[in-house]
Amino acid sequence: MTTLDSSKEIQKNNSEVNETHEDFRMFGLITFLIADGMTFAGFFAAYLTYKAVNPLPDGAIYELELPIPTLNTILLLVSSATFHKAGKALLKDKNTDSQKWLFFTAFLGIIFLICQLFEYFHLPFGLTDNLFASTFYALTGFHGLHVTLGTLMILIIAWQSRINGGRLTSQNMFPLEAVELYWHFVDGIWVILFIILYLL
Amino acid sequence: MLNKNIYLILIISLVFVISFWIGFNVNLLPAEASINAPIYDELFKILFIIGLIIFIGMTIAVVYSLFKFRKRDNQIGDGIALEGNLSLEIVWTIIPSIIVLLIGLYSYNIYDRMGGMKELNHNHEMMSSNTEKIWAGISQTSDNKMPKNNLSIEVSAMQFAFLFNYPKGNFISGELHVPVDQKVSMKMESKDVIHAFWVPEFRIKQDIIPGQPTILNFTPTKVGKYQIICAELCGPYHGGMRASIIVEEESDYNEWFNKNKKPEVNL
Amino acid sequence: MTISIDPQKTNDESLQPKGWLRYFSFSLDHKVIGIQYLVCGFLFYLIGGTLASAIRIELASPMSDFMPRDVYNQVLTLHGTIMIFLWIVPVVNGAFGNYLIPFYVGARDMAFPRLNAVAFWLIPPSGLMLVASYFVEGAAQAGWTAYPPLSITTPQSGQIIWILSVLLLGGSSIFGGINFIATIIKLRRPGLKLMQLPMYCWAMLGTSLLVVLSTPVLAGTLILLSFDIVANTGFFNPVLGGNVVVYQHLFWFYSHPAVYIMVLPAFGLVSEILPVHARKPLFGYTTMVFSIMGIVVLGLVVWAHHMFTSGTPPWMRLFFTIATAFIAVPTGIKFFNWVATLWGGKISINSAMLFSCGFIINFVFGGITGVALAQVPFDIHVHDTYFVVAHFHYIVYGGTVFIIFSSIYHWFPKVTGKMLNEKLGILHFIITFIGFNLCFAPQHWLGLNGMPRRVAEYDPQFQFVNQISSLGALLMAISTIPFLINVFLSVRNGKDAGDNPWNALTPEWLTSSPPPVENWEGEAPLVEEPYGYGKEISEQK
Repeated sequence: MTTLDSSKEIQKNNSEVNETHEDFRMFGLITFLIADGMTFAGFFAAYLTYKAVNPLPDGAIYELELPIPTLNTILLLVSSATFHKAGKALLKDKNTDSQKWLFFTAFLGIIFLICQLFEYFHLPFGLTDNLFASTFYALTGFHGLHVTLGTLMILIIAWQSRINGGRLTSQNMFPLEAVELYWHFVDGIWVILFIILYLL
Repeated sequence: MLNKNIYLILIISLVFVISFWIGFNVNLLPAEASINAPIYDELFKILFIIGLIIFIGMTIAVVYSLFKFRKRDNQIGDGIALEGNLSLEIVWTIIPSIIVLLIGLYSYNIYDRMGGMKELNHNHEMMSSNTEKIWAGISQTSDNKMPKNNLSIEVSAMQFAFLFNYPKGNFISGELHVPVDQKVSMKMESKDVIHAFWVPEFRIKQDIIPGQPTILNFTPTKVGKYQIICAELCGPYHGGMRASIIVEEESDYNEWFNKNKKPEVNL
Repeated sequence: MTISIDPQKTNDESLQPKGWLRYFSFSLDHKVIGIQYLVCGFLFYLIGGTLASAIRIELASPMSDFMPRDVYNQVLTLHGTIMIFLWIVPVVNGAFGNYLIPFYVGARDMAFPRLNAVAFWLIPPSGLMLVASYFVEGAAQAGWTAYPPLSITTPQSGQIIWILSVLLLGGSSIFGGINFIATIIKLRRPGLKLMQLPMYCWAMLGTSLLVVLSTPVLAGTLILLSFDIVANTGFFNPVLGGNVVVYQHLFWFYSHPAVYIMVLPAFGLVSEILPVHARKPLFGYTTMVFSIMGIVVLGLVVWAHHMFTSGTPPWMRLFFTIATAFIAVPTGIKFFNWVATLWGGKISINSAMLFSCGFIINFVFGGITGVALAQVPFDIHVHDTYFVVAHFHYIVYGGTVFIIFSSIYHWFPKVTGKMLNEKLGILHFIITFIGFNLCFAPQHWLGLNGMPRRVAEYDPQFQFVNQISSLGALLMAISTIPFLINVFLSVRNGKDAGDNPWNALTPEWLTSSPPPVENWEGEAPLVEEPYGYGKEISEQK
């Protein structure tokens, strides 16, 4: 058929198409984080709607103490900075420095989780007390789950950045960059959560 | 070319004639028994006619193309290499936009006439007694010529029945009796799951929601017995959850009301 | 994301099983995964169809006499859930998307082949789990919408399994969506511009955006609902101070876009099929692209039109009316463009073409009732009645399922190298078209006259019309027989198709049938004009 001819415009110098592509794993991760962010957006929307239209029963306590969450905010912000330091160190092939920074970041994450648990145990309300309490635990719990996962991943890449036999090198930065992006994302969500839940 | 255009105009006018004829002569709706119903049916008729014109027109276009442009046995090769026609595409973007916008404005007008845009937490008799928030509903029918003596009824729905509380008579009935040509205001709340209050002949429906009182006002115009149907899945017996609404002359209604009325002292 | 590695490494042939066994393996080949999606989806379609038949048998008589009432509610819940989450969404996205998108972008596989296989293999276990929940303590019985407080008060095990299953299917859908976006944006063959992609790529890009933006909200909502069921929280439980309408908002924020997730890929597929069999370029490529993106944007802001009779305030009802009605504009553009594509072509009247034209007619009808339903005053009367049932079956069955069949007739020669029998195909179309319209057209009248949906019993005055509808359902059930016979006979003894039986120009036809593991023997062809029909002839003149 004559119609077939038009599609025979095959470019010659294009063998191994897939190899010429840039690394699109980061692109996939960003898409995933957008999706993950939408889950939080749903929770935030539910929380704000409840706050606007569903009055709490008389005597319900919904005032939150600020010191611990403020400390937590600082912890996470600092940890984002230390993670960034780790990446810079690895780029300069200073694996030991990078590992130190990573362990320090994970340490900050663990402190954050401990503080969060401490807050849970000292709150005057439980999960099923009222709508505010339930939404509070759902939001912070879901975020805490993200921090837990993030901390575990940081520990794994810290182990992988060891000098002999570690797979994380300045040539293979992707795992570190991916976890770093994820960590900044979790950090950003916390800031929004802190503003909406504690400050508003 | 002239010949072709004449055929086109003929076909289009035929589509319009058929659509209007069907629109005015085929009645798909149940009886009209409230002042909302004729307003609703007016909207229905217009949407029906516009829909028929588009549907019949598109069907003719598709079937005609299949017939006229079918590949004959001796034919080879392709059709014309026509990749688009910007002015044509603009036309069929703008015309539907205008139609849709007009329909939207018109249905806003209809909704307003049905009382849907009225402020919910005012103009409601039962609201004066408590400060409970009304979440949704159709506030009132717009015909203000109706006498002011609203009949107020509290509806509670449960699996799988409706109960109608007549606060003025201090009794509860399983059957809704209302006098004809009088505005009825109902405050509705569910005791368990979501139900809905639907009377097809009145063209009104409102969900009855646990924890969120809703209201529904209507004015029946035709004496008779109609069905109240639950229209929100509420459990195994959802299909059987029906009640009767009896629209009767005012004298009959008063007789029924006085028969069921209980003195206040009983409280 | 770290599990995915470069595509060319994953397609190491020696690691993959050969022959029919590969369809039961954790294959990373996008074509195998596509077929896995299709066959798995079709099996669930048969289950969902059986459930639909059970519903129509129950409704052939006005009394609830065929099955117990709670079983009836389980059947309608499973029917809805299976048809949406296990048949239409996986097939129209997963099956055709996986099979076609890598060809269309000129790649050897999807961007993340492992993630792709994981996404598929989430489906069979969650589907089986859902079906099996019937045998535990009864399946979920709150409808596929699972509105609380009904979903909180009905037996818990079925509802929890339902939630778990939908969460897994949602996860599968999100993974698929990420993969499609990355493949279409990042894996395009060098030299191939976005505006040269076949329309199905655009449809899948739009769909995947909707999946990524809205499915997570459903996941979050269902997690909250499961807390209400097992942990005694009160998010959606009014007894504990919760708000049931918030659930509806969150649910429909996903489930309205879900309609476009089911329908947009069908729009893409029909845009591939019509030009090939009409031998004409797709009319108005650019407006088609813009209308897809218009539908995506509008589709995200219309969800509350499902709640016109719920606890929504008047201003909200008005806003969502206008927004919803405006979706008709981009959708209408697409339909006018398809008719213009047919106009002046040299149309081969075959099964693929007939199903596509059936789709246009059915969908126009469903679209018109859709615009009517968007009008608040109209919707208030017919909300939650058989009118709505008829409307969405015109969209998802008359629309999407017709296109799934059309696509099977169109791409079967590519996948198997054999032609399907045309006579059986046309018979299949005729029975399906008549059965479908007989089943669902009368339901509009039922809804207008007072029959609510999801009921096991109804007013005896509706019996005759319901029996007509059940007769139509019987025809629809029968229509699968010629189709199945056709597929089985053709796979074994079908006429050889050759590489390009339709003389199509899109890239998947420029390789052998069935295609080799890495899609092309040599390098991927650069197809700049996937719809360039009729060009040579006019040039020769």
